[in-house]
Amino acid sequence: MAQPASRPVFAPWNDPAAKPLIQFKSVTKKFGEFVAIDDVTIDIFAQEFFALLGPSGCGKTTLMRMLAGFERPTKGQILLDGKDLADVPPNRRETNMMFQSYALFPHLSVWENIAFGLKRSPMPKGEIGPRVEQMLKLVRLDKFARRKPHQISGGQRQRVALARSLAKAPKLLLLDEPLGALDKKLRQDTQFELMDIQEKTGTTFLIVTHDQEEAMTVASRVAVMDHGKMIQIDTPDRIYEMPNSVYVADFIGDVNIIKGNAKPTGEGRFAISWAEGQPDIAAASGAGIAAGTPVHFAIRPEKIAISADKPADRANAVKGRIEDIAYLGNISTYKVELANGAMIKAQVANDRRLARRTFSWDDMVWLSFTDTAGVILMK
Amino acid sequence: MNFRRILLIATPYAWLVALFLVPFLIVFKISLSHYAISIPPYSPVFDISAGWEGFKTFLSKLDFDNYRFLSGDDLYWKAYLSSLQIAAISTIITLVVAYPIAYGMAQANDEWRPTLMMLVILPFWTSFLIRVYSWIGILSNEGFLNQILLGLGVIDTPLAIMNTNTAVYIGIVYTYLPFMVLPIYATLEKMDGSLIEAAEDLGCTRISAFWLVTLPLSKPGVIAGCFLVFIPALGEFVIPSLLGGSQTLMIGKVLWEEFFSNRDWPVASAVAVILLVLLIIPIILFQRNEQKQREANQ
Amino acid sequence: MNRRFSWFNATSLTLGFAFLYLPMLILITYSFNESKLVTVWAGFSTKWYGELIHNEAFLDAAVVTLKVAVMSSTFATLLGTMAAYVLIRGGRFYGRTLFSGMIYAPLVMPDVITGLSLLLLFISIGLDRGIGTIVLAHTTFSMCYVSVVVSSRLATFDQSLEEAALDLGCTPFDAFRSVTLPIIAPAVISGWLLAFTLSLDDLVIASFAAGPSATTLPMKIFSSVRLGVSPEINALSTIMISIVTVGVITASLISKRSIVKQRAEEQKAVRN
Ligand SMILES: Nc1ncnc2c1ncn2[C@@H]1O[C@H](COP(=O)(O)OP(=O)(O)OP(=O)(O)O)[C@@H](O)[C@H]1O
Ligand SMILES: [Mg+2]
Repeated sequence: MAQPASRPVFAPWNDPAAKPLIQFKSVTKKFGEFVAIDDVTIDIFAQEFFALLGPSGCGKTTLMRMLAGFERPTKGQILLDGKDLADVPPNRRETNMMFQSYALFPHLSVWENIAFGLKRSPMPKGEIGPRVEQMLKLVRLDKFARRKPHQISGGQRQRVALARSLAKAPKLLLLDEPLGALDKKLRQDTQFELMDIQEKTGTTFLIVTHDQEEAMTVASRVAVMDHGKMIQIDTPDRIYEMPNSVYVADFIGDVNIIKGNAKPTGEGRFAISWAEGQPDIAAASGAGIAAGTPVHFAIRPEKIAISADKPADRANAVKGRIEDIAYLGNISTYKVELANGAMIKAQVANDRRLARRTFSWDDMVWLSFTDTAGVILMK
Repeated sequence: MNFRRILLIATPYAWLVALFLVPFLIVFKISLSHYAISIPPYSPVFDISAGWEGFKTFLSKLDFDNYRFLSGDDLYWKAYLSSLQIAAISTIITLVVAYPIAYGMAQANDEWRPTLMMLVILPFWTSFLIRVYSWIGILSNEGFLNQILLGLGVIDTPLAIMNTNTAVYIGIVYTYLPFMVLPIYATLEKMDGSLIEAAEDLGCTRISAFWLVTLPLSKPGVIAGCFLVFIPALGEFVIPSLLGGSQTLMIGKVLWEEFFSNRDWPVASAVAVILLVLLIIPIILFQRNEQKQREANQ
Repeated sequence: MNRRFSWFNATSLTLGFAFLYLPMLILITYSFNESKLVTVWAGFSTKWYGELIHNEAFLDAAVVTLKVAVMSSTFATLLGTMAAYVLIRGGRFYGRTLFSGMIYAPLVMPDVITGLSLLLLFISIGLDRGIGTIVLAHTTFSMCYVSVVVSSRLATFDQSLEEAALDLGCTPFDAFRSVTLPIIAPAVISGWLLAFTLSLDDLVIASFAAGPSATTLPMKIFSSVRLGVSPEINALSTIMISIVTVGVITASLISKRSIVKQRAEEQKAVRN
């Protein structure tokens, strides 16, 4: 998300004085012996768009259901606005959930579905109608108010579910894979719509998704989970550029991982020896790493340039043979085999027409990257 | 567990325990008691006020005499065997009658099928008793059937069908037909038509395609239907007592007569317990079949 | 199934439905017979209907039967729906297996056994037999049918709908009333109708549970037809068959119309 430079940076997580809206304090959830959530601690701030990302079964839905009140933590505390939620039943929580299956009431019209929560809130009767109309406008469904859920399309249903969960203006909106059922185009449109709504309403969003691209697009921060644990919580760009582990680097986007041993060569500079007959990789890292420490060097394919001749100005350059070319439209991915058998992926934007491209299968090429292009990972 | 949840579970639970489970235990207990000319007509009667000692004397007086009596008297043996036989034979006849109907329904076009379906279900909603009764007027000596046959000159003395086992077979087949048609129809209806075409493509005739493909695939429906007819037919009372004769022995009828005519409650209870034991095997088999079906459908 | 409707199919359907419906048609025809001798046709008459209407015993029995049916099917629907909810949504509790066993067992239990056991219970606790005991007996077996019908609907019911209702501020009871109940209502209604019909139809259990003070219509019919065909019973049967036929046809027309309407609305929705 490129933000206009004039806008103040929204980063309450960096501000020690900011009070989080939601706090998970060492929360553990067990189903019998099975640990679904393992000692999770997170702070989520008001107005955030917080995305939970992780493989299937890692506990994303469970985390949400604990917030909504459908599951109780086995250990630990969940606080909303500093108040412990443990004994608050779902119907008294100031959170609303948009279900993965939408869970629209089939016997009620779109209008009645949206009004459902309002009728059970202290809102005076006279204000319910206007509020529903407002919600319908927001999700652009004013024409469909009288329809039953089975009479509208999947995308429209999803927007009804969104409007229904937004109508009560909850402090926190929980979205469990809200866009899972939509096709790619509709999904992208809706992602922007969601961000737009979030900006307009100022509600805090917690979104679960399988789709890392989606998380990167919409979120102010992303949490990557695995087996019930939080692996990294950070802004999308930092998650992508500065993953804290091989797991995260590998989970988000495409990456080359190279195993080796680091030795310091200067202020924040290291050389990684990684294979016989290959030059050491020059890399930068803020961490102090002792000589001989085994490390992983992770570098994104698009950070690697490909050329016929050895470039003079790059810190790292290795030679190899093109093994495979995958043409993806806007970009092409080259798989290059080095002399020692290692396979490195490089990505190049296709700014020329196909016929004019220079490299082909079995060509010998040079791969090069700067010393700050990749990251050194300890685990 | 909150109070509401406990109330929700306890209400139907308590009801079933009080009006289904406890009555059974009572039947079982009385089946171990003795016939007595008193009210109630059995002894021992459990006397709560006598406490633990009373309970022990009560237990010591229970025995299996009634069961010994049942196994000694071949009336009961015959009744059990003939119930099994009548239920089995009528199940087979019902299957033979029902299959073509179910098959025809499954082949009919989409517009007709809901109507046909309704026509099969409609008798189920009309009184069972009346449906059995309607055959009395047809099968009796001066009944409709005999009059037609006599009138046509096919026979010259009336056929004696009424008050025989034949009438009972007819009654069972007639009243339980929908239970057989519906499950078979359900399996035939969801069968993939291209299977038959594939079989014919591979060289089957229409008839051999039926034997080799349609029939095996409809087996779950056939099995379900057979159980749905066999199980209730085994304990049937109304049909044998209205259509059957004095020589028709069915265990439901025997139980009724022991109870209402002979007023021998202990023996009636013992008959009930044995009928239940007879039923357990087909019921378990039926449950297994249903379970398998459910798993296959998932 | 590929639809290849042949002569064979047409014949088997014709014969099959003739077998199902001819006995009832004959019964109906003879109910309009002038003669007391049921088997001889002596001209059209409605006199048996007249006699039936003035037969106090039948009228009383009909009233008893209706009372029993309305009460028992209503109780059975309440208890059966509760039982279904417990089975599907109740989670684990002590004695769950026994509970589900007690729900399914009465469905396959021969009437004579159910009747006998209930009678022995009523006697051993000293309950006076009459309409009350018949209602108790009918409620017990009907609730199991209701619970089977309702639980099969509940099983296909997406639980997240209930959670959504809670999430939007419903109490658990409110969620049941405003979301679950409206959605399972058709199943609850069919359960009620089934219980009502079963109660109207039952002879054996009622005979055990009734005692001398109350007689239901099936009991009355049974005791008159044991002696053979009676034209009054023919008339009564005709009335009962007509009521059921009209009821079933109306119900199926209504559901057909609502399906047609729904389809039309769906098409309209697609076109917009
Ligand atoms: N009610 C439950 N009882 C037992 N285990 C459960 C229950 N609910 C979830 N689990 C287990 O907890 C783990 C986490 O489940 P959860 O639904 O949170 O996964 P998820 O991250 O949402 O996965 P997905 O992306 O596939 O939706 C899974 O292994 C699941 O099997
Ligand atoms: Mg999930």
